[in-house]
Amino acid sequence: MTPVVELEGARKRFGAVEALKGVDLTIGAGELVALLGPNGAGKTTSIALMLGLRQPTGGRARLFGLDPNDRRARSRCGVMLQESGTTAVLTVAEIVDLFRAYYPSPLPTTRAIQLAGLNEKAGAKIGTLSGGERQRLYFALAVCGDPEALFLDEPTVGMDVETRRAVLDSIRSLSAAGKTIVLTTHYLEEADQLAHRIVVIDHGIVIADATPREIKSRIPSKRVNFHAETAIADVVFKGLPVQNLEIVDHRVHLLSNEPEAVLRGLFERGVVVRDLEVTGADLEEAFLSLTRRA
Amino acid sequence: MTTPSVAPVLRMLLAQTKCEVLMRWRVPAFSVTNLVLPIVFFIFFGLPVANLRSADGVSIGAYLLASFGAYAVGNVMVYGFGIGVANERGMKVDRLMRASPLPPLVFMLAKVVTALAFAFLALVLLIGFGIVAGGIRETPLVWATVILRLLAGSLPFIALGFAIGYWSGPHAAPAIANLIYLPLSFASGLFVPLGQLPEFIQNLAPFLPSYHYAQLAWSALGAGHESLGVSLLWLAGYTALFLTLAVRTYRREERAKFA
Repeated sequence: MTPVVELEGARKRFGAVEALKGVDLTIGAGELVALLGPNGAGKTTSIALMLGLRQPTGGRARLFGLDPNDRRARSRCGVMLQESGTTAVLTVAEIVDLFRAYYPSPLPTTRAIQLAGLNEKAGAKIGTLSGGERQRLYFALAVCGDPEALFLDEPTVGMDVETRRAVLDSIRSLSAAGKTIVLTTHYLEEADQLAHRIVVIDHGIVIADATPREIKSRIPSKRVNFHAETAIADVVFKGLPVQNLEIVDHRVHLLSNEPEAVLRGLFERGVVVRDLEVTGADLEEAFLSLTRRA
Repeated sequence: MTTPSVAPVLRMLLAQTKCEVLMRWRVPAFSVTNLVLPIVFFIFFGLPVANLRSADGVSIGAYLLASFGAYAVGNVMVYGFGIGVANERGMKVDRLMRASPLPPLVFMLAKVVTALAFAFLALVLLIGFGIVAGGIRETPLVWATVILRLLAGSLPFIALGFAIGYWSGPHAAPAIANLIYLPLSFASGLFVPLGQLPEFIQNLAPFLPSYHYAQLAWSALGAGHESLGVSLLWLAGYTALFLTLAVRTYRREERAKFA
């Protein structure tokens, strides 16, 4: 079966900046993949190459085995982009109806609006929608054609908690119905909740491509803070499973997956520890530290 | 499975045109300017002299209706495309459209069809007003010829509109469209007959696109200054020029946004 997305050594240079430095990525039918990374990592550029919104400066991008600009490939995709707009003077139902006409076998208008949770706003002019409602409208436009694949670039940005939960539920049910879904996010938690596969992108390369469980196991899960009685140096921690070590005077902050082993090692090396705190690490912070390191 | 792999182009075009019409109708900056402004101009410049005739027997009222008709259609095209396209670029509509299965050509064609429909409506309202309020009489065939020629000859102004729309930003587009189109119309004798304008403008007019465009309508009344062939040749030349500009600015945009 032809993969939905193929990036082969895909590179993209914008002037002096190389946004993608050779990305290899294959996404098969029915996968729910999250592209995860901090802002500016290359997630949006990756999506743009997949959809033919940008042309690779090196390597190759295919969509359903075709040139991404091919109308047959486009007709199988629904997209939700950052930084795109639409007219203010049409109503929600009117524009959903318009986008349905672009696809060979679309959903009923009311169904698309319902999937986006916009039922009560169907007759409202787009110009009167709040930021979160507008995001939901773009989601409706992405799904209204009943496409096989959905590309959602930061779909939950600007949504309140409730809206976000509703849209994530819709994404899950679309995935359960067999749709291929590619979304970008800079929240590990969101990727973890949704995706079967997480592709971590940083500085224009893929630094991890694995299940959410595997990704999380690579990220230090505990934060350890303590006060050392005598001044200590980095070298004391040599060989111990610590990350993001910070020593300020006698205060020590670090992240670790095995805080017990770290403490045992320190005790054996004669470090006297006071005011010890071991807490769950902030997932996002821990994740960002991972990408920064790469 | 025999499901078609792409949507039928005609269905796309119809849906797109319907929305374009709604969008234009609901924005007074377009609908009022397109439909009402030519009538207001005619009330000031045309009505007071509607019942006069020139030395060679042409109705001044009909002549001015043809002039303002030419102004009205060019107005729909230059403003509609100039400001419309610039606004949509400002709102980044193009990005979403670009990722959709809608072919760009259908997107543009829907705009052209919509603009022609508004131009037709503007002409019918203007001429209807002249007949009712000014008592101007010509045969239906003459009016039909004026309308058809003005619609068919509007291509250079569509191209000019696209060029302005791709060249300027959403804030500058109205000013640029005005700065180009109003002086062009005035100097071509669309507001005041050429004979009443200063001599240097009379000398300049035969080089302007709207001068040759208005000839299409004036000659339908037997008041043209040149043969139809000459008018069409000039208009074809200007179409080529403006289309080149439009394509160049469009390509520049493509390179910046989608390369």
